[in-house]
Amino acid sequence: MQKFETFTSTAVPLPIENVDTDQIIPARFLKATDKIGFGENLFRDWRYHKDGTVNAGFVLNNTQYSGNILVAGENFGCGSSREHAAWALEDYGFKVVISSYFADIFKGNALNNGILPIVIPNDQLKSLLNLITEKPDTEFFVDLPHQELVVEALGIRQKFDIDPYKKMCLINGYDDIDFLISKREVITAFEQQNA
Amino acid sequence: MKKTLFDKVWDAHVVETIPDGPQILYIDKHLIHEVTSPQAFAELEQRGIPLSRPDKTVATADHNVPTIDQHLTIRDALSRKQVQMLTENCEKHGVTLYGLGHPYQGIVHVMAPELGITQPGMTMVCGDSHTSTHGAFGTIAFGIGTSQVAQVFASQCLLLNKPKKMRITVNGTLKENVLPKDVILYIIAKLGTNSGTGHFVEYAGDVFKNMSMEGRMTVCNMSIEMGARGGMIAPDEITFDYVKGKEFAPKGEVWERKLAYWKTLPTDDDAEFDIEYEFDAVDISPMITYGTNPGMGIKIGEQIPVLEDPSFEKALKYMELEKGQNLVGQTINYVFIGSCTNSRIEDFRVAASQIEGKQKAKNVTALIVPGSQQVAKQIKEEGLQDIFEAAGFEIRQSGCSACLGMNEDKIPAGEYCVSTSNRNFEGRQGPGARTFLASPLVAALTAVEGKIVDITQMELA
Repeated sequence: MQKFETFTSTAVPLPIENVDTDQIIPARFLKATDKIGFGENLFRDWRYHKDGTVNAGFVLNNTQYSGNILVAGENFGCGSSREHAAWALEDYGFKVVISSYFADIFKGNALNNGILPIVIPNDQLKSLLNLITEKPDTEFFVDLPHQELVVEALGIRQKFDIDPYKKMCLINGYDDIDFLISKREVITAFEQQNA
Repeated sequence: MKKTLFDKVWDAHVVETIPDGPQILYIDKHLIHEVTSPQAFAELEQRGIPLSRPDKTVATADHNVPTIDQHLTIRDALSRKQVQMLTENCEKHGVTLYGLGHPYQGIVHVMAPELGITQPGMTMVCGDSHTSTHGAFGTIAFGIGTSQVAQVFASQCLLLNKPKKMRITVNGTLKENVLPKDVILYIIAKLGTNSGTGHFVEYAGDVFKNMSMEGRMTVCNMSIEMGARGGMIAPDEITFDYVKGKEFAPKGEVWERKLAYWKTLPTDDDAEFDIEYEFDAVDISPMITYGTNPGMGIKIGEQIPVLEDPSFEKALKYMELEKGQNLVGQTINYVFIGSCTNSRIEDFRVAASQIEGKQKAKNVTALIVPGSQQVAKQIKEEGLQDIFEAAGFEIRQSGCSACLGMNEDKIPAGEYCVSTSNRNFEGRQGPGARTFLASPLVAALTAVEGKIVDITQMELA
């Protein structure tokens, strides 16, 4: 996993609630046996019409909006546990997703792929969505070490929560497997005790 | 300290608590399937590490398999490759696989309980969000992502923060023709799709105490649809009777020892939950969804609500329905009875009871997809297959099928489907497909009538 570094970026607004992982990546694209190239089909059925032509009305097809940050409506990532959703977002280039609520499994999958989910209050989320819809060049500063999201244009300096262990993992590019393997002895002892 | 069912099972599986961090939770059973495992196996290879406990891992092929001619080579090249990789990976790592053609093959959440792999007090995971199904046995069972599948492969453990606890109590007696599916659709409609986020739910009260294991599985299955990590029901005599004698259930002295332990698992009196909800069974009616998430449900015969909300309006636009509309009379061309929510023998018995001696409506394509080879066998043995076939229903072989539209079983764009599955998301059953979630009873009657009917106003068989 790549180290997560503090960065500044513009953001893409997706003011839809309950975006489920079937929308992020439909099941018919889950037939791959590797993690490569899922970004191509990110939000596939919103990005493209049924006949395969580009849906110009969808935000990812609007050249005004770009950046490594996705700002989405409440309850992002609900539904299926497919990690392909996180792979698709990551492959497309998103490093941060901001919402007022994330589904648990998606949140874990995002963190395990170096994507930072930032939870902010719902009213603030609405202001942010309005702001970037009107002013696509608004810059966001994401400061993970200080757990702060800064949007100067709105005078927002919003602290966000993150599990301290997960924060350490993101900053250092570590993942849980390394950690769990280092715990082999304790785990074996537990197994023997409970056999 | 007083403990809940969830506390008891969780605490018994904590290997270590990291200071200021998560806990290492031991996993008793890891179920895997073809879609969310290949990248996890690749992770092991890249790191050059072995699968730590193949004996605690069980595989089946379900998500992406055809439901016709399973004895032939899979036609779709990508699907074939996925299933082939599962076979190769299982061989290489010594994992038991119930692949296509095996008498135990089936949807992972149907297969494991019916074989006695699922047992009370266990921790179980699978790279599938409906793993919550197994909570029906008083098991901590939840869906995980592929990175976590790799973690369990590598260590038989996961790093997790203990979720909060929610209890949903439903007391009283259910009205006639109200099925477990209606109970869970009602709860989700009342509480919303993100009400359970960060929580493990315990379902308590008369309604669940009196429910069969199949019904309990249907309820726990959809816990994820309100955002909960999982759902649980305290194990009792109904649970023990179900598990006893199953292929992989403990036997003899071990059974007695385990049984004594399982009996200690129910929540202590006065144990505390972070949040509690209570409902009255008599308020629950046969349900149907109208929107694009499982929380958008109404009593069949009730009007779609009138709300001014962009996400709500977007859902109705997708469904091509109006605010305030009544769904009764809506023409339906597709009916799907299957999925890990409702593809057990009890579901097909209910469906068959309404279909016997009748014909499906001419406009309807009705699919019956048993959850497992064992269920398929039972359908045949009990004579249900004859009833379905005589009525013009198509009986398929077991798999996830049209629940998620990964294989060729898809609902065409623009068509409505009354489905016993768990998700009515946009395009879930195929690009442009429109899903109404309901019980097997409602689905069966829809197939016969060719339209949505108010089953509360009918004399049922």
